[in-house]
Amino acid sequence: MTWQVCCGRYVSDFDTQLWYIARGMDFKNYDTEGFFDELFEAGSRPRPGASILADRVENLPDGDLLRRQAAAETALMNLGITFAVYGDDQGAEKIFPFDIIPRIVEPQDWRQIEAGLTQRILALNLFINDVYHDQNILRDKVIPEEVIQSATSFRRQCIGLNPPEGIWCHITGTDLVRDQAGQFYVLEDNLRCPSGVSYVLENRQLLKRTFPKVFAESRVRPVNDYPSRLGQTLEHLAPNGVLSPTVVVLTPGLYNSAYFEHSFLAQQMGVELVEGSDLIVHDGFVMMRTTRGLARVDVIYRRIDDDFMDPLEFRHDSVLGVPGLMEAYRSGRVALANAPGTGIADDKVVYAYVPDMIKYYLDQDAILPNVPTYLCWRDKDRQHVLGHLEELVVKAANESGGYGMLIGPASSKQERDAFAEQIQASPRNYIAQPVVSLSRAPVIVGDHFEGRHVDLRPYILYGKEIHVLPGGLTRVALRKGSLVVNSSQGGGSKDTWVIADGPEANAGAGSQSQQQ
Amino acid sequence: MLSRVANSIYWMSRYIERAENIARFVDVVRHLVLDLPDQVSNQWESLVEATGDHERFEERHAAATEANVIRFLTFDRDNPNSILSCLWSARENARSVREAISSEMWEQINRSYLMVKDSQASDRIDDDPAAFFSHLKKACHLFIGLTDTTMTHNEGWHFGRMGRLIERADKTSRMIDVKYFVLLPRVDYVGSPYDSLQWAALLRSLSAFEMYRKRFHQITPKHVAEFLILDRQFPRSLHYCVIKAEESLHAITGTPPATFTNLAEQRVGRLRADLDYAEIQETLDAGLHGYLDQFQIELNDFDDAIFDTFFAVTPMSGLPGDLKSIFA
Repeated sequence: MTWQVCCGRYVSDFDTQLWYIARGMDFKNYDTEGFFDELFEAGSRPRPGASILADRVENLPDGDLLRRQAAAETALMNLGITFAVYGDDQGAEKIFPFDIIPRIVEPQDWRQIEAGLTQRILALNLFINDVYHDQNILRDKVIPEEVIQSATSFRRQCIGLNPPEGIWCHITGTDLVRDQAGQFYVLEDNLRCPSGVSYVLENRQLLKRTFPKVFAESRVRPVNDYPSRLGQTLEHLAPNGVLSPTVVVLTPGLYNSAYFEHSFLAQQMGVELVEGSDLIVHDGFVMMRTTRGLARVDVIYRRIDDDFMDPLEFRHDSVLGVPGLMEAYRSGRVALANAPGTGIADDKVVYAYVPDMIKYYLDQDAILPNVPTYLCWRDKDRQHVLGHLEELVVKAANESGGYGMLIGPASSKQERDAFAEQIQASPRNYIAQPVVSLSRAPVIVGDHFEGRHVDLRPYILYGKEIHVLPGGLTRVALRKGSLVVNSSQGGGSKDTWVIADGPEANAGAGSQSQQQ
Repeated sequence: MLSRVANSIYWMSRYIERAENIARFVDVVRHLVLDLPDQVSNQWESLVEATGDHERFEERHAAATEANVIRFLTFDRDNPNSILSCLWSARENARSVREAISSEMWEQINRSYLMVKDSQASDRIDDDPAAFFSHLKKACHLFIGLTDTTMTHNEGWHFGRMGRLIERADKTSRMIDVKYFVLLPRVDYVGSPYDSLQWAALLRSLSAFEMYRKRFHQITPKHVAEFLILDRQFPRSLHYCVIKAEESLHAITGTPPATFTNLAEQRVGRLRADLDYAEIQETLDAGLHGYLDQFQIELNDFDDAIFDTFFAVTPMSGLPGDLKSIFA
């Protein structure tokens, strides 16, 4: 008798399925249904970067693809990349849904994304610095002053702050979407504590195991130097005169939904993962409690929100933060990434002005456009929004993660009435955008492929220079027809393959290849 | 190293060792029961008493049958000392220090937990408990092996080893007590073939049978006690555990051997010195049960001292007052 039953459940479920799925899976009947598909042109012809993959998948032995999908899920379970199922006291856990068919980004698309994001981060950083100092952009009436003054994410505590090297947003995870025509748009900037990069790295590890040969032949750009680059970006912030700085990752703790990522990044960088209670401000310096007494900390990659960081300056009831941290930061004795206050640019009304910021600070046109945005505090826009709720997506200006959102076409009369009331009560808090018909990518559904809507979150580091990680988190709305990709709302993920520039990969080479 | 991290590694290690020892407890009782010609008393009930969780057990089970006791000790989430609870706690601790341990260690703890959790639903444990517990012991050994071969033998590793050995010494002492005191057979058994069969069962449950034979050949209560308490080299004996725990403590602090700079070092040093010079006949004459009881108390005091010395760091224990102004 064997007791190696770990995750046997999952494997055996798949085995039963395979019993009657005794044929291979192909893309012959895959229908893009008029959407822009990331892997296929209309008529199920693979795009150049996807041809090796499509060819290989179709030539796998019967049942092999599902076996690979099951193996990937078992690996995620054993790695403990799971979340607890809420309300289940039996300790049930689930993995974040993961689809093994990668999303592929063609080199020319990536060139545009990289240039667009670099330009955008540069402008946003100049804006944040400006808004907490001279406020030239308000004085020149490019952005109305009242927008900033009414923003709940404007931090008065940050006025006059001078972060090291003038950099505020060191780590950003910008959400991009693509419409029916294949045009990329920026949906959100996420300048506070964007999460998900650990899934980019773990998904890549898994896919290298799942499709080693296709991976090698497709000339995919590597992502695994992210932790080293993040480490360098953080060390770059160290206070003057500190030769080998002590960097830590500050987490709200074990029960935070992104805890896995916090510990993963600390582990990959080889630095301490600390909680608020591990730190103390002593004689003006931030110290951590160690088995040999107190030790000085120089740079904190904080993964807790401004509000909870320091009970002396922000929310007084926070038990997650470190009393006195802001004062130590202000006096230059410790560095924080990201700097406090960056949330001002995440306000969805401020977002609408980013193309204007790019023009104002850089005298350039935005390479990556915004999704057209109606600002409900403008009378004309509000009238339009209220009259067209059924066609629009309405978002609360200060929410993220898919909360506080109305998707017009999928909403009930009751929901629309409730939103209309809220919009009229506080117009400043709402924006609206046309429904973007998000691009799709094929996912495995049962014994065949179906298209599902996806977005893309690339990660940008701003240290000595701006670096856009060639890859990113592709989130998938797993429910048929759904446009909401957030993991908190039933979304899954895919690995993202950015194909290297240069001569076209030899399409069709995969068909002669050996079994993987 | 962060105090919190050291604390978590210490407990992660203790909980894994505890889970393994519960399997050994069940094993020893199963053998004692099998080796007895007739049931003189309910040995399973005695086992629950030995674990100290009998009140909790009685709340939920009418009778102390083998199946009830095994399920209570293995799968009961409300019993903080069940195998499943121990593995859960070990995993929560490991999760909070994932950046300080190797991914192999984390994955092994996670797999072990999932294995036990998934076994709960099947009835295989009732059919063949020996196979289940042997698999569990191997899973724990694999974790210890991975700790030794994939983790740098740094401060954290020493905290882990200290936790493991303190837990092991405590549990070995309780297991001797189960045979000697809790499951005391009828007076006419003492010295009979049954008695020596039972001592042999105890040795087997502690994986000590062959090693014992090499040293003493014949099985006598006195020699078994001497081997399990005083042997300097057998890795489950009390003496060995204390020697190595003290070694780890000194590796952490850098204090020279046989001296002390804190309460933890003082307490473990005294405990080790007692074992260094103990005479087994004296111990038996004075009463083994009382001796083991006292040993457990002193071990607890040592554990308390570790907590105060390393895990509860406050600004006061940073730099001494006059040094502070020099370094500030």
